[in-house]
Amino acid sequence: MEYVALTVGFIVIMAGLWAIMTRKNIIRIIIGFSIFDTGLHIVMVALAYVKGRTAPILDNTVALDDAVNLIVDPVPQALVLTAIVIGLGVTALMLIFAMKLHREKKTLDIRSFKDLKW
Amino acid sequence: MSYLLIISILLGIIMLAMAGIAIYHKSQVVAIIAAGALGLFASVMYLLLSAPDVAMTEAAIGSGLSTIIFFYVLNRIRTTDEKEEQQLKK
Amino acid sequence: MKNIFIIIIIAAFGVMLYPLFEDFSGNDELSELASFYAQKENVEKVNSANLVTAVVVTYRGLDTLGEVTILFLAAAIIAFSLRKHSVERDLRRNSEIFKTASKVLIPIIMMVGVYIFMNGHLSPGGGFQGGAVLASAVILMLLAFPNIPFNSKLFAYTESISGLVFVGLAAIGALIGSGYLDNAILPLGTFGELLSAGAIPVIYSFVGLKVGAELSNILNEFQSVQSDN
Repeated sequence: MEYVALTVGFIVIMAGLWAIMTRKNIIRIIIGFSIFDTGLHIVMVALAYVKGRTAPILDNTVALDDAVNLIVDPVPQALVLTAIVIGLGVTALMLIFAMKLHREKKTLDIRSFKDLKW
Repeated sequence: MSYLLIISILLGIIMLAMAGIAIYHKSQVVAIIAAGALGLFASVMYLLLSAPDVAMTEAAIGSGLSTIIFFYVLNRIRTTDEKEEQQLKK
Repeated sequence: MKNIFIIIIIAAFGVMLYPLFEDFSGNDELSELASFYAQKENVEKVNSANLVTAVVVTYRGLDTLGEVTILFLAAAIIAFSLRKHSVERDLRRNSEIFKTASKVLIPIIMMVGVYIFMNGHLSPGGGFQGGAVLASAVILMLLAFPNIPFNSKLFAYTESISGLVFVGLAAIGALIGSGYLDNAILPLGTFGELLSAGAIPVIYSFVGLKVGAELSNILNEFQSVQSDN
């Protein structure tokens, strides 16, 4: 199962990269960034998975004494947890800049922003 | 073929289809909804990978709040476009 | 021509990712760091049932502090770059069913959010998830009653006070505990009860309030620049 998740994650990452590089609309580019984010998170969680084990929460079914042999890796999960929240902030910032660009040029086509091209 | 493997393959196919729709569909609204649905199916995948904390975060943030922010920005851009067209017609 | 170039770049990226896939043979055991966290004596030092919470709040607490700072900066930049229009807007009237249903649902959603971050050390959940649920209650309120007077000062004060308490508790840990963000400044309690795990429930509750207030403020900024329709 973790192989499937890893493969899907890699393909989603490359789909996001493709969207970032080929799409012309700025909103589509931002959607591409968020797809890229999702793929990265899937890859990180899949790398933390250990075969046939359960979530890192200790209760009646996961005994405290034997926890080392029963749970998956909690560290990448904690990192992904914070990365998702940061992703929302970054997406909101990018959308604000898209709104500003639209106010400036009245269009969202990336090809019309040539001010820095020489 | 175990049960989990079949479900994860199905989820993977759906997620790739959602990514394709989000990139290539003509309508922006459908594209944004497809990106949100990608996050929702990703949260089911996290649940299968035994990461319930990450699944909750992704379901609440990745597919809920970020979709709403996209819609707000899209609505803002559309309404300013319509206003300019009306001004041009006058 | 340009597309061929992009395809070559993405193929190169895929080739770079492939070794990671090839070397991955499925883990059979925990890594060294994770098994250190999961050992009985180390779990009893922190006394939190949810190990992800233990990693987020205690072992990697400094990362969480930085993450909350990034979120605060993003909210500040968004508030700075969206200018407020204080024009009276005539929006489309919402249906009566939607309004009544949201009046019933908003308190329940808020209660679920508070439950999620209060029980972050016992069950799946925690400050970030609870904060996001709180923010979704606020967005339901903003969608149902667009002209409601939104008290953004209250949210700003909540956020600042929560941030101060978070940093203050962390500093108290450095003064009387064993280090910055040490959770043993409060009694550890019995394993698996609501009031256990020292300072973790307190810190995570304030993180939840802070995240919820920040996300609500961001959503309100976006909502306040919508034009009439």
